[in-house]
Amino acid sequence: MVAAVIGVIRSRNLFVVVMLGGIYSFLMATVMVALDAVDVAMTEAAVGAGMSTVLLLAVLGLVKTREAPLRHSPFIPLLVCFLTGAALIYGTLSLPPFGRQDTPTNQHVAPYYIKNSVKETGSPNIVTAVLASYRGYDTLGETTVIFTGGIGVLILLSTSRRRRLKQSSDEDSST
Amino acid sequence: MSLILASINYWVTIILMIGGLYIVVAHGNMVKKLVGLSIFQTSVYLLFLSPGKILGGTAPIISEKFEVYSNPLPHVLILTAIVVGVATIALGMALVVRINEAYGTIEDDEVHEMEQD
Repeated sequence: MVAAVIGVIRSRNLFVVVMLGGIYSFLMATVMVALDAVDVAMTEAAVGAGMSTVLLLAVLGLVKTREAPLRHSPFIPLLVCFLTGAALIYGTLSLPPFGRQDTPTNQHVAPYYIKNSVKETGSPNIVTAVLASYRGYDTLGETTVIFTGGIGVLILLSTSRRRRLKQSSDEDSST
Repeated sequence: MSLILASINYWVTIILMIGGLYIVVAHGNMVKKLVGLSIFQTSVYLLFLSPGKILGGTAPIISEKFEVYSNPLPHVLILTAIVVGVATIALGMALVVRINEAYGTIEDDEVHEMEQD
């Protein structure tokens, strides 16, 4: 995964960048299977690696596919990133260790769902039970966000098409 | 050694996060910025999912054969985040297409220069 990210940073060909992004998403999906998040891994493989790669390729059909060389020296961004990384790594020193059951994150709400979700919703898959039943309103909000995003994309692309039609009709009337 | 094993998941997350951040900050090409943004986003998924993993546990689907399950709550949150993330990326790409139509380029610096002229 780290190799894929470094490839994305170094490559100037945008096709290579987009395909490496897809590979990165697939690797992330396999890591998610290893972390027991099978539902998330499925979504990431379908949506992250599939859909966004296809969408990005569609955009690449419309724009130039080579990146211009960097004009500024990359020193300041590197410094900023290094400082951020150092601060974050300092922050991880007090986080709970990996893979333990007695950490606060695994002690509070999750045991309730694991114990009661079959009784209360009848779904053996706890993730589905929480998503559709306990947090149904959350999922409704999520679909609202997607709806808004879709409308935004449609508005942005339709205004440009209308302008182009208008331009061509203007040219027709002037000639 | 035990410290490394205990927090390796956070460090991998941070390396990926910094890679994404560097792409967004240092590169001027907008498609590349979007890829960097999605890399950053995916690293946040990892940050949420990895503390919910319990060693020796299994995926949170109730069965009589298993006793220990990983934490299902981060999975639900991240499912929502993935789908919302795709919506934002799609919106960003629509903006890129519009900028390309208006300026004929998707490089940050060139758009900035045209604005100043």
